[in-house]
This record gives sequence, structure tokens and C-alpha cells, in this order.
Amino acid sequence: MAKKNTDIKKSKGLFAEAMVRLRRNKGAMIGLGIFLVIVLIALLSPVFFDYETDVIKQDYSQVKLAPCSDHVFGTDEFGRDILARVCWGSRASLAIAAIVTVIALTIGAVLGSLAGYYGGKVDMVIMRIMDIFMAIPGMLLAICIVAALGPGTEKLCIALTISSIPSFSRIVRGAVLTVRNSEYVRAATAIGSKDMHIIFSHVLPNGLAPIIVQTTLRFATIILSIAGLSFIGLGIQAPQPEWGSMLANARSFIRDYSYMCAFPGLAIMITILSLNLLGDGLRDALDPRLK
Amino acid sequence: MIKFIIKRLLALIPVIIGVTFMVYFIMSLAPGDPALLLLGDDATPEQIAALREEMGLDQPFIIQYGRYMVNLFKGDLGTSYKTKNAVSAEVFSRFPNTLILAGFSTLISIILALPLGVFAAVKQNSLFDTISMVIALLGVSIPIFWFGLLLILLFALKLGWFPVSGFNDGIKSLLLPGLALAFQHMAAIARTTRSSMLETIRQDYIRTVRAKGLPENKVITRHALKNALIPTITVIGLQIGGMMGGSVLTESVFAWPGIGRLMINSIQGRDTPMVLGCILMFSITFSIINLIVDIVYGFVDPRIKAQYK
Repeated sequence: MAKKNTDIKKSKGLFAEAMVRLRRNKGAMIGLGIFLVIVLIALLSPVFFDYETDVIKQDYSQVKLAPCSDHVFGTDEFGRDILARVCWGSRASLAIAAIVTVIALTIGAVLGSLAGYYGGKVDMVIMRIMDIFMAIPGMLLAICIVAALGPGTEKLCIALTISSIPSFSRIVRGAVLTVRNSEYVRAATAIGSKDMHIIFSHVLPNGLAPIIVQTTLRFATIILSIAGLSFIGLGIQAPQPEWGSMLANARSFIRDYSYMCAFPGLAIMITILSLNLLGDGLRDALDPRLK
Repeated sequence: MIKFIIKRLLALIPVIIGVTFMVYFIMSLAPGDPALLLLGDDATPEQIAALREEMGLDQPFIIQYGRYMVNLFKGDLGTSYKTKNAVSAEVFSRFPNTLILAGFSTLISIILALPLGVFAAVKQNSLFDTISMVIALLGVSIPIFWFGLLLILLFALKLGWFPVSGFNDGIKSLLLPGLALAFQHMAAIARTTRSSMLETIRQDYIRTVRAKGLPENKVITRHALKNALIPTITVIGLQIGGMMGGSVLTESVFAWPGIGRLMINSIQGRDTPMVLGCILMFSITFSIINLIVDIVYGFVDPRIKAQYK
């Protein structure tokens, strides 16, 4: 009998199978590769460029130099190396987006799980509050919060976190609703498992697929919002390098020094493109019906 | 259907009250004494106290909010700290410009995206499909403000075909900002249309109409498109929210005299009543557009209509 059992081929599991599908998706792998390179650039920027001397120090003998061997991306109106600033800019964007995503996802997951799992009045109260937040377009809500709190990195984080929570809680609630009435959840309830244990051990892991996909795409949206808010002067403040604020400064010189606008914009686009490719691939891998 | 529309209209009331409450609460956190900001630094403490009392600033928050709401229903959004003019006058005078820009962009994005998405699905895996989906992927990845700057560089500064910014050249002024704002949304709508169309044309009823010998163009236009449009309408509705946020950035790039630019200038000038007025105007418009999208939904999807019969 025991021998017979070992003959049964063990299933890899849905998640492992999805990862196999993801690995076969060229676009997703290209996206993941590009994104990992951007993360590496962000991590290694301090090794290649000193913040004080290369990134923020103004040098009026090197102002507005076109791309050359000394300054591969050229220099800006203060003589600062654009390559160094673009690389350091990735640190700001990725770090803020990561912090915002983690906090907003955690709060959203708790609220969404409670709403989806308990339903009834809990669901109604939480989701009506989220509806009100969602009645204001995300970017405008972030602008509204920054307008009240004032510009700055911490305030930008607060604004983006608050404006991201509703969409995360909706996704998690939806995911929880799809598995809430499954037999294994009912079985766990029947054997007397505590609600929190059921939510975190059974419900959330099984509803993870749409949450992973949306988190990847939301991460891209947050990076775009950071750049957008900094572009209109409400995000990261000078002299700290950030892609959106670099573009805002460069736009005054677009006629004669268009390269100043090219590189920060390209950096944003390539980052978002890589995340979109990865997000699309994850969606195809985790939900094969959509293929 | 009328029951459905009335029900959705009634549901709009708590949303608008909730939105105004939240925006009013957030903006009340802004630092600075409004009375002092209105009167200037030369004002005496007595003058400030008198104005505070007149404006109701000595009252609890909820009373202040109630007062604001009563005034809002009368069309009064307060007085600008900067210009000392009525906020409503400035907001309403600029609002049509934002509507023109957003409306024009929505129109361009739908006109371009629907055929692009439908053809890409019908000719799946063809060169047209690949090229249009690469364009769509670039479209959803490119920041609106950078795309706007690139359009200015090429079509206004290098070729001189369009004005760099402003509002005075009619359709010529509208084309570049409209395109900048439309591109991202066009890409998102095209992607959704393609995937929803792909799903629809694999359905059994499509196979049936094909088996009956109906020409392919009629299969697509009469039978597949209407069903495939439901997710597209959802995305268009969702995109309108993005369009509002995007119009702030586009207006900023092209110096377009709409409420987005007015809002950014007011934030920089710490003109809280003006910022509040602009955000409320955006939010209320967004809620009304969502309502219209819901009603359109009812027309396209008979299942929704049937719920309210």
C-alpha cells in the first residue's frame, strides 16, 4: 500500500506551475530582467557616484554640457552630471514606491480581508469609506493631501499611501470573497480555527494571484505618481535628485538642450515598461484563462 | 431604466457629501490662519478676530463644514486668499477649458483605441497585432508630462506646426495637449478592447453565427463588438479618473488655462479655498461621469437593465 502511494506523481502546485508559465513568457522575463538591472543601479549608485560631489554639488564650469565621454548623459544647468542624478533618482523612486506599496498593501490587506471575510456591516462600513476615497481620482487625492501637508518626501509617502490603500483593499476583498466559501475554509471553521488564522493561513494565500498582479502594476503607478507630483513641484524637493523634478527643471531648456529632458524621461518610461511587462506576464501566468 | 437612473442619481448624493467632507477635512489640515492670510500681515488682532468670527472659524469643524456645504449649494465656494475674488467665479470660468481638453482627449482615445483593439484581436498574432500592442504598451508606460514635452519639442519647436503652449489658436492649440493626454488612455482602452474581443470571438454563439454563413465583418460588428464593449466601457470609466489627474499635468506642461493649472498655482500660492474649490470641482465631475458610465452600462448590458425592471 505504502509503495503504491509513492508511485503517484506529486503535483507541483498551482504556484509552481504558474512560475513555470512565467519563465516561458519572454516579455515577462525581459521586464523582470530590466527591472532587476534598475534595482541594481539603484543599489550600486553610491559606489559609482558620490552624493555630495557628483550628484548635488554645483559646478558652473561644467554647465549644460552635451553628452560626452566625461559626462555620458551631459550636465544640467548647475553643471551636475545627469547620469549620476538619473542613477541616484532611481533610489528615490524605488525606495518611496517600495515603502508606499508595503504600507498600503498591508493596511489594504487587513481592511480588505476584514471586509471580505466578515461581510455584512463590517464590509459595508469599510467599503463605503473606501468608495469615498475612490470617488476622488488617485492623483488628485495625493495632490490634495500634499497641498494640505506641504511638499517633502515623508509627506509624499503619506499622500501616496493614503491614495493607494483603497485600491489594495478592493483587490484583497475581491480575492477573499472568491475563496471565503470554499470547502477548505469551511473545514477550517468547523475544526475551530480562529478567524485570523483562517484569513492569514488559508484565505489570503489562496487569493494571492490577483493581489500579486495588481501589486506589480500598482508599483508602476506609484512610480509614475511620484514623478508626476515632483514634476509639478509637490514631490521630492531640490537638490535631491528625482526623475520628475529633473524633467521639470529641464523643460526650460528643452529648445536648445533637449538631452536634459531625454534621460530622466527615458528612465521613468523604461522602469514603468519593465513593470508592465512583468505585470502582464504575471497575469497570464497566474490566470491562464486570460491568455 | 428610469428606476435605474433615479437609483444611481440618489446614490450620488452620499458620495458627494462624503467626498466634500473628506476634501474639506484634508484641506482644513493646511497650516496658516485663513483670516490672517486674507487680511495680510498688517492686520490688527481685533480685525483678525472679527474676520474669524465672520468666517465662522471660531466654530467647531463640523459647523464650519455645514456652513461650507450650505454655501456650496448656493454656488459659493468662498473667497480666494490671493485675488480676493470669489473662488466660484474663477473655477467656473476655467472649468470649460478643462472639460474641452478632457472631452477632446477622451474622444481621440476612444476613436483610435476601438479600431486598434478590434483589428488587433481579429488579426491576432499578425504584424498589425504586434505593432499595435507594442504601441499600446509604450503608451501605458510613457509619463504624460514627458510625452507632452516630446510633442512640444518635435511639433512645436522643431517643426513649428503647433503653438508651444496656450489657448489662443483654436484647434491648433488643443491638438498637442489633447494628444498628450489621450495617448496613455488610448493605449489602455486598446489593450482591454483587444483582450475582451479575443475572449468574445471564441464564444460558442460567435461560432454559431459564423456557421450560419454570416460575413466576418457582420460577425464582428453586429455580434462580437457589443458584448466585447462591456469591459471597454469599464476601462473608459476608470480612465476618466486618470484623465482628471492627467489633465493637471498636461495643463501644467502646455500652460493650458484650466482648473488643473489653477489648482497647482493656488497650491504654490497657499490659496487653500481655491485649491479646495478646484479639487471639489474635479471630484464632483468625476462622480457625475461615473454615473453616466453606469447608465451607459445599463444600455449596453441588458442584464443590468433587467435588474431594475
